[in-house]
Formats: sequence, structure tokens, C-alpha cells
Amino acid sequence: MTLTRRDFIAATLATAFALTLGARAAQAEPEAAKIGAKPMATAPASAGGDTMPITLNVNGAAHDLAIDPRATLLDALRERIGMTGSKKGCDHGQCGACTVLADGRRVLSCLSLAVAQQGKAITTIEGLAQGETLHPMQQAFLSHDGFQCGYCTPGQIMSAVGLLTEPVGPEDADVRENMSGNICRCGAYPNIVAAIQDVRKANTNAPV
Amino acid sequence: MHPFSYRQASDEQAAIGAVGQPGAMFLAGGTTLIDLMKLDVQTPSQLIDITPLPLTKITELPGGGVSIGAMVRNSDLAHSELIMTRYPVLSEALLSGASPQLRNMATTGGNLLQRTRCYYFRDVTTPCNKREPGSGCSAIDGYHRIHAVLGTSRHCIATHPSDMCVALTALDAVILARGAGGERRIPINDFYLVPGDHPERENVLAPGELITAVELPAMPFAARSHYRKVRDRASYAFALASAAVALDIQGGAIHDARVALGGVGTKPWRSHDAEKALIGKAPGPDAYRAAAEAALRGAKPHKDNAFKVELAKRTLVRTLTMTAQKTV
Repeated sequence: MTLTRRDFIAATLATAFALTLGARAAQAEPEAAKIGAKPMATAPASAGGDTMPITLNVNGAAHDLAIDPRATLLDALRERIGMTGSKKGCDHGQCGACTVLADGRRVLSCLSLAVAQQGKAITTIEGLAQGETLHPMQQAFLSHDGFQCGYCTPGQIMSAVGLLTEPVGPEDADVRENMSGNICRCGAYPNIVAAIQDVRKANTNAPV
Repeated sequence: MHPFSYRQASDEQAAIGAVGQPGAMFLAGGTTLIDLMKLDVQTPSQLIDITPLPLTKITELPGGGVSIGAMVRNSDLAHSELIMTRYPVLSEALLSGASPQLRNMATTGGNLLQRTRCYYFRDVTTPCNKREPGSGCSAIDGYHRIHAVLGTSRHCIATHPSDMCVALTALDAVILARGAGGERRIPINDFYLVPGDHPERENVLAPGELITAVELPAMPFAARSHYRKVRDRASYAFALASAAVALDIQGGAIHDARVALGGVGTKPWRSHDAEKALIGKAPGPDAYRAAAEAALRGAKPHKDNAFKVELAKRTLVRTLTMTAQKTV
């Protein structure tokens, strides 16, 4: 039998939809894993290897998942929610390819446990554009050829968007220092710095 | 990663109670712990997430000191107006560490417990006395360019990795820890242990104790303080050598001084000998070099890290020079 790309995507989406429904039905008590407010004895926690029901708020939409506590936010985004924009590079917090915003601040999704992200507003590269209108940082990266091979790009752009709200000095050197957690192997750095400086100089109050 | 259960703690008492169980560990920012769990270096069976604890305030203490909640993020601490004006050495140390993403995640309490970056500690296929007591030290006879020259023992030469803690050590910070028996105050210079015969014991925290805050004593002259870090890259790398310095200069003489070194010690390295060499002297190259010689007098270099002795001396001289030139 031949499986077309369209069949494959349809099947994958159907499976994902079924899993999501299952997760929502299983979610009896969203705060089940909290201790402190109620006696420990009544606070169920996942046993090792079991899954926990969680809700992740990603790009403004709630996603109900039954998830292994070991799953990182990066894995949940890519493998469970189907948002593959955030990239897995080193998986140890050293390359920045997995950078997302949590409540507006840039963090590394590879060192964040998914179960610890409930109640936070997560923004990924998929959440930047408004319909067909690119975020000014996305547009600037395009205009300056800061995309290059593209693998580090989502992390670079998310980091750059996070940078806009931080106390970073005006010079190119300040941008380089504050983008140092994002590693690019194909050498797009000068173009990336130029793109970021364009957006900063335009003084856009770009929505995040 | 080994399986574990996960729970959030919403108050200190519950957190302390929960972590008393075998195999339980606190999870704060996770920047060290999750990384080490992925490498199987740490294998907790339970994680008690303490990030919801309301220990996120930076407050002025009566008398001019500052209290820093254990859950304050490194980036918030670095950019705090109070810290930048009264203790610039701490702000500079924080901003020299890690990357902006990691600083947004890492917490004050977590950073105090950051583990070494010794590659043998991080590689479970090699012996390491810190990871597995009695198994041997791979670094001493191995490749040890990044390792310590001060405070080492025949069982361990791993370097303490934190920049923040070097500044806190120069500032005489006090760590507040709470356990089942109540709260106690631990001066940072008594908090860390040199490896000796027990490199697996890195600090004096008792099992189940929770760091709740760090207090900085009033130190008006710390407005003239500076952190300088020397590393292989211009940014985002651990220190090969670093120095945290505060100078009280009055009437052309050094009235008081604080000196701590990073990247060269098995713990954040306070040098009272360097301070003694400075106090009473006129600020200048002679006093700075004498202080640097005093600071590294007990150094025990190995073949790959011998360069650190002179590097640390020059780093300290440069840091003292720049601190004295600061206008406050």
C-alpha cells in the first residue's frame, strides 16, 4: 500500500486528536500534584514512570496532556503538541535552539519540565506572527538574511524578542553579549545582530 | 533519565516535610539539576518543585543590608537597583554567568547549590569521588585544565563553578536555611566545605533543609566593588579565573578590602591574606601584586592547570586596579 503525505498527516492528526481527548477526559484534578495547601496524604503524585494530567498554555491555546514527569517542555511542544518550531540542539541548555518565552521571558525549554509549566503563558516561534503578518523580528531576520540554514533560527528569534524587553545597552556589542546563549554554526551572526538592531531602532512595540 | 514523581510545594513547611523522604530533592530553576538528571549523574526518585514558594522579594534590611529571597531569579537580582548601587560586584558577577535564558531560570538558592562542571563528575562512565565516594578521582591523573589549584585534596580537585557565590563570599553573605528544627543562619564562608576526605559533602546543609534567603550585611564601601572574569570565550563560559573585590579607600590608603577568587578553588575562595596585604597600603601596583602573591601562596597546581596560578594573580591585580579607579 502506498501512503501519501496527505494520508500520513491526516492519520497523525487523528491520532493526536484522540490522544488529546483522552487526556482531557482523564484530567480529574488539575491541581492534583500540589502539596502544602492540603494534607500530603490526599495529594496524589505520579509514581515513577506514570503520567500526570497537565494543561499547557501555548500561544494562547490550552493543551491537555497526560505526560511523563520526565518530559521536558521542548519534548512536549515537539512530540505531543506538534509544534516543531522549537529545535532540539544540544538538549543541555548550551545552544539556545529551544528558546521559548515563559510569561514573556526567554527560557530554555530543554531544561524546563513540562509538568512545571502549568499556569504559565508559553510563546513559541509559531505564536509570533499575527495571521499572515510576521512579527517585526521575523521580518527583520528575513530582510537581513539572518535565517541562513534555519536550524538555530527559531531560538535566535525567540531570544531576540525576549531581549527587546530586557535592559540591554544600545551597542552591537551589547546585542552580541545578550545573544551569547544562542549558538549559530553557519555564521549568520552579523546578519542576526543587524536584524535585531533594526527592530530596536524602529522602536516598535512589537506584540509578543 | 530515571523515573521520578513530581509535586509542587506551595509553602515552606510542606516543602521541608516532603523532601525528608528518601530520594527526594528540591527542584528550583532546574538549570543544573535537569541537566545532571539527563546525564544520570543525579537520579532523584521524587522532585519537590519549590518555584511556587513566595520567596521572590529583594528587600532592604534595617541598618542598610539587603535580603534576597531564595527564589529570586538571577536576572532580577542582577538588574535590581538596590544591588547595582550598593553591591555592583554581585550584579556584575551574575551578568558574567551563563546566558540570559539561564539567568531568567536560575534562582539565588539554586545557584548556591550549583554543582561542579568537572567533566569526570558529569561522565558516569568514569570514577569520581564526588559522585561515588571511594571510586577514585579521574581528574588528578587525567586532563585537568579547568580544575582547582586552591583547597584541593588527594581525592578531588573539582572547581566550584558559580560566579554569584564568589561575589557573595566577598560580601560576607549569610545563608538562611530552614529545616524541621527551625531556621538557622550560616555565614557563606562556613557554608561550603573543601573536599578533604569527603568530596561528596559540598556544604553544611542538613538533609531536608531549605534555603529561604540570602542576607547581605550593610557594607557601604561595597559601592566601590567589581567582578572580573577570565575565560576561554568572551562570553557564556565558566571562569578559568575570576576575582570579586571591594575596596574602602580613605585619605590615599586602603582602609578595608574584600577579596574572593573564582575558577581556581574547590569552593568560592575568600582570601583574608590578600586583604591583609592591602589594608593600610596606598592603592597601586605594588600593593595589588603583593595581595595577588598572598592569595595564591598555597596554590597546588597540576600539569594542565599550572597556568591558573599566574592567571589568577593577574586577574586579581587587574580587578583591584579597576576597582580603585571606579568613581563612587
